[in-house]
Amino acid sequence: MKRRLILENGVTFTGKALGAESPVTGEVVFNTGMTGYQEIFTDPSYKGQIVTMTYPLIGNYGINRDDFESVTPNVHGVIVKEAARYPSHFRSEKSLDEWLKQTGVPGISGIDTRKLTKIIRAFGTLKGRICGMEEETLEVVKELKQTVLSNSQVEAVSTKSQFWHPGRNNHRVVLIDYGAKKGIVKDLLGRGFEVIVVPYNTPAEKIMSLSPDGIMLSNGPGNPEDIAQVLPEIKKLAEKVPVFGICLGHQLLALAFGAETEKMKFGHRGGNHPVKHLVTGRVSITSQNHSYTVKAASLDKTPLKITHVNVNDGSVEGLAHENLPVFSVQYHPEASPGPEDSKQLFDTFQQLVTEKRGITHA
Amino acid sequence: MPKRNDIKSILVVGSGPIIIGQAAEFDYAGTQACHALKEEGYEVILVNSNPATIMTDETTADRVYIEPLTAEFVTSVIRKERPDGIIATLGGQTGLNLVMELSSQGILERYGIELLGTDLEAITKAEDREAFRKLMNELNEPVPESDIVHSIDEARNFTQRIGFPVIIRPAYTLGGTGGGMAYSDEQLEEIMANGLYASPVNQCLIEKSIAGFKEIEYEVMRDGSDQAIVVCNMENIDPVGVHTGDSIVVAPSQTLADREYQLLRNASLKIIRALGIEGGCNVQCAIDPHSEQYYIIEVNPRVSRSSALASKATGYPIAKLSAKIAAGYHLDELMNPITKNTYASFEPALDYIVTKWPRWPFDKFDSANRTLGSQMKATGEVMAIGRTFSESLLKAVRSAELDLIHLMPDKKLDGEDLLKKIAAQDDERLLYVAEAIRQKHSLREIHEITKIDFYFLAEIAGIIELEEALKNNSDDDECFREAKQAGFSNEAAAYFTGRTLQETEQRQENLQAYPVFKMVDTCAGEFESETPYYYSTYEEENEAEKSVTPSILVLGSGPIRIGQGIEFDYATVHTVRTIREAGYEAVIINNNPETVSTDFEVSDKLYFEPLTIEDVMNVVRNEQPDGVLVQFGGQTALNLASELEARGVNILGTSLKNMDACEDRDKFEATLSGLDIPQPLGKTAVSIEEARKIARDIGYPILIRPSYVLGGRAMEILYHEEELLTYMERAVRVNSKYPVLIDRYLVGQEIEVDAVSDGETVVVPGIMEHIERAGVHSGDSIAVYPPQHMKESMKKRIVDYTVRLARGFEVKGLMNIQFVIQHDDIYVLEVNPRSSRTVPFLSKITGCNMAETAVKAVLGESLSSQGYSTGLLPETDYVSVKVPVFSFQKLRSVDITLGPEMKSTGEVMGRDESLEKALYKGLIASGMDIPMHGSVLFTVADKDKNEALQLASRFHRLGFDLMATEGTADLFRQKGLPVETIAKLGTGKPDMLDVISERRAQFVVNTLTKGKQPASDGFRIRREAVERGIVCNTSLDTTKAVLGVIESMHFSTEPIRSKAPVMI
Repeated sequence: MKRRLILENGVTFTGKALGAESPVTGEVVFNTGMTGYQEIFTDPSYKGQIVTMTYPLIGNYGINRDDFESVTPNVHGVIVKEAARYPSHFRSEKSLDEWLKQTGVPGISGIDTRKLTKIIRAFGTLKGRICGMEEETLEVVKELKQTVLSNSQVEAVSTKSQFWHPGRNNHRVVLIDYGAKKGIVKDLLGRGFEVIVVPYNTPAEKIMSLSPDGIMLSNGPGNPEDIAQVLPEIKKLAEKVPVFGICLGHQLLALAFGAETEKMKFGHRGGNHPVKHLVTGRVSITSQNHSYTVKAASLDKTPLKITHVNVNDGSVEGLAHENLPVFSVQYHPEASPGPEDSKQLFDTFQQLVTEKRGITHA
Repeated sequence: MPKRNDIKSILVVGSGPIIIGQAAEFDYAGTQACHALKEEGYEVILVNSNPATIMTDETTADRVYIEPLTAEFVTSVIRKERPDGIIATLGGQTGLNLVMELSSQGILERYGIELLGTDLEAITKAEDREAFRKLMNELNEPVPESDIVHSIDEARNFTQRIGFPVIIRPAYTLGGTGGGMAYSDEQLEEIMANGLYASPVNQCLIEKSIAGFKEIEYEVMRDGSDQAIVVCNMENIDPVGVHTGDSIVVAPSQTLADREYQLLRNASLKIIRALGIEGGCNVQCAIDPHSEQYYIIEVNPRVSRSSALASKATGYPIAKLSAKIAAGYHLDELMNPITKNTYASFEPALDYIVTKWPRWPFDKFDSANRTLGSQMKATGEVMAIGRTFSESLLKAVRSAELDLIHLMPDKKLDGEDLLKKIAAQDDERLLYVAEAIRQKHSLREIHEITKIDFYFLAEIAGIIELEEALKNNSDDDECFREAKQAGFSNEAAAYFTGRTLQETEQRQENLQAYPVFKMVDTCAGEFESETPYYYSTYEEENEAEKSVTPSILVLGSGPIRIGQGIEFDYATVHTVRTIREAGYEAVIINNNPETVSTDFEVSDKLYFEPLTIEDVMNVVRNEQPDGVLVQFGGQTALNLASELEARGVNILGTSLKNMDACEDRDKFEATLSGLDIPQPLGKTAVSIEEARKIARDIGYPILIRPSYVLGGRAMEILYHEEELLTYMERAVRVNSKYPVLIDRYLVGQEIEVDAVSDGETVVVPGIMEHIERAGVHSGDSIAVYPPQHMKESMKKRIVDYTVRLARGFEVKGLMNIQFVIQHDDIYVLEVNPRSSRTVPFLSKITGCNMAETAVKAVLGESLSSQGYSTGLLPETDYVSVKVPVFSFQKLRSVDITLGPEMKSTGEVMGRDESLEKALYKGLIASGMDIPMHGSVLFTVADKDKNEALQLASRFHRLGFDLMATEGTADLFRQKGLPVETIAKLGTGKPDMLDVISERRAQFVVNTLTKGKQPASDGFRIRREAVERGIVCNTSLDTTKAVLGVIESMHFSTEPIRSKAPVMI
């Protein structure tokens, strides 16, 4: 069955139907990862987005029961060049198409995804719609132009109630869930922490009443400024306990201390972004997924210092407070998917939590 | 850290001749490295013995030494040059072993030379099996259960403990020489014996077989500050058990989930850090298809064949960056040369899939054992890029030049034969896997036999479904389009739809079902990229825009194979450079990932495509070049000329008509008789009957070959009619489309000439004389420049013939002529209106860059305006020899006898003041261990006995002991030479095999006796000598030359007033 992708700038692609049949509108972004599609499609940060995989062959190893980053898929749509018909892997339980159908995520395959990627590179992230052949292109374009994408994605993906993961040691981390990936929880549990996951809008007092030894600000979808109400809470927490922010959590931390964020042209999504640690000069290859970034110049008036920068575009990739045990990174040390070169950041966090001392190294 | 300023000059060691396991990839690596170091202002000194490389061009380094890669010669270069640093990791295993030898001999220390890049300790840890295993244990990285063994008994102890099958890998060898998989005690003994011998330290690793696991490679880079990245990972379609050089490989991996990808990535990075590699490194892993259990198989602490493949597959130039790292740079200080906007410290993201298909020499070696195992057998490889697996795979099949239009074997098999074939794990397996799917065998059944992952099998099944669809809906245009998108060639589509090729091409045109071109940019489109490196695919957007500058298209030479080696890549690169200098845009099409010509920095635009008429026409359609140059890419390119011209493409240089006149026997004869130049009697036959008649008319012995072939494929000398009949049945399918050429075989001195002509002026840079008489393929002969035994008048006649031939055939560009001189008469054997094997050799020794001169001439700059006039260039004072190099040790059951069919894989050059010195260097460089004393075993044909006697007496005078088989021994004895009679096989003890296997003989001279002694006896003797590394000559001419060298190295030790030596 044929299906179309229509972009707000009027460009259309005709391909084959993949996944659920319902039409969908969202922000079209691309991810350059060559593996890890299951993790990507279930990463809550993709809420509201239609993800194009630049690697053309997706679904080769099927969908398994382990590699979910959240219980349900969060992407609004999936665009691939070719979806494997017969996945092959000892852990595979179903094909990508079957899974997308079951979970109600529409997709399109068989289009020139490289052309699409280059359009996004040139024009920036665009709104788009995956729909059947019957929809009128001009109508759809007009609608897309008028569509205001939701700014309540965090609310949509955050847990509604707090819940608890027992740990092996006495240290307790409260994970504020802006759309946390399972990978973060796994890494915290892996270090023996007891983890309490709380909704994104939990007030600082309530969190402090849980007696945390550390706070984890998770990743999540959308613009950090959409949830400005949480910023004072974060600041309060940071003044009391060690804080580690990842991705959206990093942006929120920066905003909380008075820095500014801005939308990037097309963001960073993939598993090959080089990030340089300014203290050691060491470069790590990182997993990334973000549309917004902290403005470097805006940090001058804050107590936050840049610890990491992107080697390619110089954008801010990591921050640390000058005297509090508070730090954050724009990328994903938990990987899932992607390179695991930065896992030691969890060790750093553990050390801070354990020692409750100033930052020695981030 | 920026580059180091405390070093000024750097010695780069090359990899020597092309042999199986070490091909053009090191020319690419070395050339890149030299350029990278020069770019940084270092003085670069290069040593390599292989003249057919771009690397050994004067412009590549500040000083280039074409000398044998032995400690002796490299030390003398070191003494002369006193470099500050040396790089060991760019010259393959040869370069690595050599630098390790220099280090252990204390040479590096004595001359204060620092080893740059990866240090020796790291190299030893990776190369020495025991050290490596110890390190893996420390790192907690799993390695298959194994043991280091030094004897067959130790190996037996291991298998008693672990069981069969086991893999045996000799230490410090390249391409797994001497290794193999053993399933029984008998095999264990045989492989161990070979392995211990092949290893320079008599050490083998014996390990539990993990055959059936997925084989995954990671190409990793690390710099001096411990930053490490993965450039690329690759998955072998053939599971563990087939050498990775012989495997069909895809990049990136297709069947690994992210978790496994990262598991192996982490392991690879951990290992490269623990070893302390500075530069590129290759880590081979095996992972269980049913669990996450993995093993580390091997680490190559250097630039390798796989890194060349990874560089071309991703666009990330590993060798170049390795050289910069060796000079002190860190990855984040280096720009990504592809995007020019991003840095080298990142991991390439691909948005296409790459398939590598090896090229094996089995088409030349009928008798060779085609089964693939742990010892590499391929001579070269091709790479193809597509947006889907099927597109990439089908392009790879077309690129490999197997005469296949599709993933479909030539010969049909079914039933048990078919299943046996796919179980055999040979070079044709994947073709027959497709055939088995076509014949409705279940994927499960095929998987059980081959262990090939279901993903790949299902994708191939998808191709077969499309074939069916084409057959059943031959008029359905959508179906046709889908097939084109899946990578089907027009020929394949024509075949399955039952139409002609012409109809299919017309249909393609009507539908405008043409591919577009996409860029290889290392970053999947994320960043803007400057690099004009393209591949075709059936998508929407075309990224390869034609520029306003007029362009010229150059066709490359495809995979390295016997008969068409790196020499043609050398010519291609010079062609491209000259075109650019002339102000045109140089566009190249080639498919060999190992070569310099497919380095995206060489041309203005690189199209990585199969060299078939359809694929070339796609590029022509896109680029609209002013013309196409076909004469530099060897026979591959030349074969496309007529079809290109038929499609209206302008062929530059020598016209198609004249090229055809060189190839077509009758036209050739007519032209020659018009020019009054003699050639051996001969005729073309299109049937067996006709062949018989012609042979009778011209008389035996005859030289027979199919027309339009390369490297003397299927060429033989026949002495009797019965041999002719067997040949006609066995070797060729003869018909009016494929005639055979039959010539009178002339015994005489063979002469080879390369010339450049602009139609007017004809420059002959040099005449080369062959050591071996006519009958041995020119590529397998030792060539000497300038001729040592030729009268001036003879040279004049040869030049005169050359000039007449060039004008007669209206050659514009390069030509190569082979002559034979018999009783002072000169005959023309063949005229090739193209670049030849000897062009780089001759260019380097005469200083006339022939490819460049020829391209200029073709582009309109006459030779006279380039400063040349008709005739022979003045000869140099130095004598240069080109010595062929064979890979017989890798190819079991191949007969090493030299004949009209080419067998060598590469060549080296020796150059010095005298013929003997030059030959000494050439022979040493070719790997010959020239015995200075010991025993010589003669076993020669009756016709050669008298000549052998001359040689024997010279050996005797040098103090060698003589051994010979009965007849020969009798003759020697009659003439007063002391000789030990050795029994022929099966007639007593000790027989010839005993003498060789016990190494009692250091030199074997064996010539063929046709039709008398069973052919297999001679064969067994020759193979035994090869396996033992004993010099074995099958031509008395070679022996004579070697003898001359030995004599020149000997001081005479004669008593005063001695009796006269034995006179014959």
